[in-house]
Amino acid sequence: MSKKFSNLLRGYVAKPKVSISTGALGGLKSFLKEKSRTFFVIAFLTPFLAALTIMYGLPCALSVLMSFTDMGLSFELHFLNPLLKNYYTIFHVADPRVPVVAQTTILYVGCTLLINAGFSLVLGVLTAYCIRNENVASVLRLLWFLPRMTPVIIYALLWLWFTDPTYGPLSIVSSWIGLKGVRWLLDKPYSQLVMIAVNGYIGASWGMVIYVSSIKTIPLEIIYAAKADGATDWDVIRRIILPLLKWPILFVTSWQTLSLIGSYTEILAIWDGYSYTSGVEVWSLFTYHTAFEGYRFGYSAALAIVMATVALILVAIYFKVFGFKRMLEPSRIEV
Amino acid sequence: MITAEGYRKLIWKAKIKWLIGNIIVYSIVCIPLVPIILMYGWLIAQAFSGVCISSLIPQKLTLKNFYFLTGPIYWGGTPLYKSYWPLVRNTLLLALGTTGLVVAITSLAGYAISRFEFKGRDPLLKSVVVVHSIPGVLFLIALMYILNTIGLYGKGFLTLLSVIIIKAGLESPMYTWMLKGFFDSVPWELEWAALVDGCSRFTAWRKVVMPLIFPGIAAVSIFAFLSGWGEYLLVLTYITDRKWYTLSLALSELTYQFKHVDYGMLAAFSLLYLLPAMIFFLLTQKYLMTMRIVAYKG
Repeated sequence: MSKKFSNLLRGYVAKPKVSISTGALGGLKSFLKEKSRTFFVIAFLTPFLAALTIMYGLPCALSVLMSFTDMGLSFELHFLNPLLKNYYTIFHVADPRVPVVAQTTILYVGCTLLINAGFSLVLGVLTAYCIRNENVASVLRLLWFLPRMTPVIIYALLWLWFTDPTYGPLSIVSSWIGLKGVRWLLDKPYSQLVMIAVNGYIGASWGMVIYVSSIKTIPLEIIYAAKADGATDWDVIRRIILPLLKWPILFVTSWQTLSLIGSYTEILAIWDGYSYTSGVEVWSLFTYHTAFEGYRFGYSAALAIVMATVALILVAIYFKVFGFKRMLEPSRIEV
Repeated sequence: MITAEGYRKLIWKAKIKWLIGNIIVYSIVCIPLVPIILMYGWLIAQAFSGVCISSLIPQKLTLKNFYFLTGPIYWGGTPLYKSYWPLVRNTLLLALGTTGLVVAITSLAGYAISRFEFKGRDPLLKSVVVVHSIPGVLFLIALMYILNTIGLYGKGFLTLLSVIIIKAGLESPMYTWMLKGFFDSVPWELEWAALVDGCSRFTAWRKVVMPLIFPGIAAVSIFAFLSGWGEYLLVLTYITDRKWYTLSLALSELTYQFKHVDYGMLAAFSLLYLLPAMIFFLLTQKYLMTMRIVAYKG
């Protein structure tokens, strides 16, 4: 019987150390088992590997290739002379929009990060620790989750109404405090504020969920002990919860940086056509516009490659700082 | 010796402190929610109002904003959309198709990665993280070239089908990662028992392991469905045939035409578009906490 077990279980991660084959027949049997195991793994992994190769691998390689060409609507791969012309255009600022876009992107990523990683921490601590009534806390969390679960185009419509010059509450309230006639979506410093808020409302809930699930794993005994020694809630937060949240905070900050660099859907949906003049054209959106409105696929591929390189450098740094395991298990608290 | 008077004072002090603390806590959490509540409240009120409103009180109650359910949608005399229902069908196709494909791909791959040791397992896991960090617009551009080259751009239903496949393909790596965690949590003794009783590996996977990770499958399905239901970018970029427009694409076009003019119809349209997603989400939100890395965006 034990022979049968071990044959069946070969290949499982936690395999028992029992010798498998005895004699020639056993050798043949185990060979066949080995083959069937390989077949099994390949069969189970094929769709996944196909998706990974076709949707991720192939486009990555193609983008590099495309970035050396002046591909337009004709979709022909004509290599440029010099080969790196698109990159010269970007880095020698031959395109005057590039520095503007880069500035907008830095402003956008920096400020939204304050909400997505900073304010979400406040939300997480408050809804997980300070609000003791679990029902109230979960209702509040659900409300914060609404924007994330709403289809992006509806979310855009809500903001269009909210900032509408005639009907929008934002315009009405701002006219009370002396900002009469401000077009919140079009006038520059205001439009950028709206851009940050739009993405902050979506991003805050993600960090919040990570923080809440981390705080819930803190052993209650520690908090009880502190309380028995006379600690106030503020002491508990500052001396126990925040130090224990070190890795989750780093985790949320780093992932949010990456996702903010690549995000542009909400801005595209709200500012369709006015994004550059309103000062909300971030790098991703600029790339999108170059490709699908300017039809300069070669140049846009180069823009995308530049952005991807920045993202990959960041990932490499994260791997170094976190190690692989921590990078993917944010909520494990090491007490 | 504390007197009764002093004791009462202490209790009052503590009560006031507690109250002030609570006020601060609730105002930090709730005040930034005011715009959100206003927006969603307005959406409901506006859908039933005959005029454009800037508050949450509906005016001139009416159902005529929902006219698009029974007839074509006109703009200046020309019908923009002949009917509403094909849009629903296309959106459902996209959402359900994506969900089905994602669940199929991830439940197979998650199991294999969780249970078997094979060459390249660690690099595979790392590559999932790495590719996920690359900005999405890069894939959009390159996939446009691929679609155009194999002749699937602007081909009506075939394009919708390729959008489904692209979406499922782009989303499956991270869901696989998530499901792997669920598979890891199933004790392998259970499969052992099944194998001893004469199950094949495939049967053990299907009959023993899959039912046990139902919460994981449910979570993946929810996220995949909601993301397919709300998908905008891929449809906007690739689908050119109006017959195969989805609700998001139609709403974006209508918003462009009707904003500042007829918020009523837009709100009614959005409300019907939002409702299925919200109901689905509320029914299943207990799986919310299982999302980690998967649902990260913006």
